[in-house]
Amino acid sequence: MLVRVGYATPTLEIWPIRDPHLQSNDLNMTEASRKTPLHSWHVNHGARMASFAGYDMPIQYQGIVAEHTATRTAAGVFDISHMGRLRFDGSRADQLLDHLLTRRVVDMQPGQVRYALVCNEEGGILDDVLVSCLESPSSKIYFLLVVNASNRETIVRWLQPHLADFPDVEFHDVTDATAMIAVQGPKAISVCSRLLPASALQLGYYRARVTDQMSKPCIVSRTGYTGEDGLELIVRAEDAERVWENIMLSGREQGISPVGLGARDTLRLEAGMPLYGHELSEHIDPYTAGLSFACNLKDRSFIGCEVLQEKSKGSLPARRVGLLVEGRRAAREDSHCFDHENRPIGTVTSGTFSPTLQRPIAMAYVNSEMAQVGQSLEVDIRGTRANATIVDLPFYRRPQ
Amino acid sequence: MTIQPQNLKYCESHEWVAPPADNSGIATVGISAFAVAQLNDIVFMALPTVGQSVSAGQEFGEVESVKAVSPMYSPVSGEVVEVHSELVDHLDRLNADPYEQGWIIKVKMSDPSELNRLLDYAAYEKMCAEQG
Repeated sequence: MLVRVGYATPTLEIWPIRDPHLQSNDLNMTEASRKTPLHSWHVNHGARMASFAGYDMPIQYQGIVAEHTATRTAAGVFDISHMGRLRFDGSRADQLLDHLLTRRVVDMQPGQVRYALVCNEEGGILDDVLVSCLESPSSKIYFLLVVNASNRETIVRWLQPHLADFPDVEFHDVTDATAMIAVQGPKAISVCSRLLPASALQLGYYRARVTDQMSKPCIVSRTGYTGEDGLELIVRAEDAERVWENIMLSGREQGISPVGLGARDTLRLEAGMPLYGHELSEHIDPYTAGLSFACNLKDRSFIGCEVLQEKSKGSLPARRVGLLVEGRRAAREDSHCFDHENRPIGTVTSGTFSPTLQRPIAMAYVNSEMAQVGQSLEVDIRGTRANATIVDLPFYRRPQ
Repeated sequence: MTIQPQNLKYCESHEWVAPPADNSGIATVGISAFAVAQLNDIVFMALPTVGQSVSAGQEFGEVESVKAVSPMYSPVSGEVVEVHSELVDHLDRLNADPYEQGWIIKVKMSDPSELNRLLDYAAYEKMCAEQG
């Protein structure tokens, strides 16, 4: 049963879902030709742009380290409009999603957000997603799935046969009709305090609600991909620049910085968060990836569930680990790991020089028998060996 | 010796070389201000050792930023006679001045005519403007 959450002042629907102009039907657009609603802002503010998952995205503005540090010490604002936003309406939307996601959806209450995986029948990860249960101002309960930009087409295609099984579920890809902005950092809530109603600022971690930003409809969630406190906002595409400018203005005295995908990557790596295409793929299952917390297996029958039951009990050949690498050189993706007897034991999936720790860090898949915290190993960095130690993830935890 | 960007020769891969001001045949090599700005956040530099031979167009070291690692290519052939090894601990000097303070190696050239194949300042600036 769904419990209603009351709203003080009903706001507009975030998008008129029956307006066909606001639906995305252009998934066949040419690679790299897509632009987010904030594209011209980035270009006008000197961002270095590059193609990412088919979008022309800002990689950095003032510099990765400066943006990273701004997010850790004050606040950073990120254009994450390239992420896919998929909306599911109808009384059985929860059942459809429950069948596709590793986390239980049928018991979700309005306002809840869960991190979950979409797996194939073999238990391989097709995407990692956030699913939110939301209540519109007109008291409609619906679900929103935020998927990786690079996987949006895969997921939309994956959905099709299941949508056919649930003809009463209405599905809309609302990515292009909307923009998504993350505000992250110790001052993120304070920056937003002049912009959002108290109900949005008081959201608990992994909670979301439909609200407004100065009368512009807005979905706010207390989520992020940086290891910091903060919010993620979904607004209408036509409101995106106004909302972005409002955040920049409100945060100016507090040291807010726009942050590109470069620092988004170093921030998530320090926070030990996996990235699809690096730590996650169709050939990796949630248990190997260390994401057992994102799987509810009991009394469930989602796709991949049976295989994952076995994986959860059995022994896994490899596991995802964090590595602290000695020296100044970063072990990058595809660097090979060896034990001290020169036997290959794993591969790095992401690596960088950590701006916060001031040393190289990496994530890797390492043979299970070696994947113990404290284990010493060697990483081949472009022909030279560096010593590394397996450490607990995350590398960085924000001060409480 | 003062190193002025206008008097240097450049590779398309953004290394500069200062031709010898005397008859020593020793040229100074570094990376351009444009390269430093593009790399941003340089965290590491791997340098050759004195006595090592380098060839024009071949890798002689690497420079690593937070995001990526980039090889550095020698503009000229010859023997490395001096290495700016303190630079590794003072990479901020590259941001301040990648020419005077940020020189990387000195090479005793085996074929000074290689300098003629490199870009002059105007041609290099034009190339950077097109890339920028």
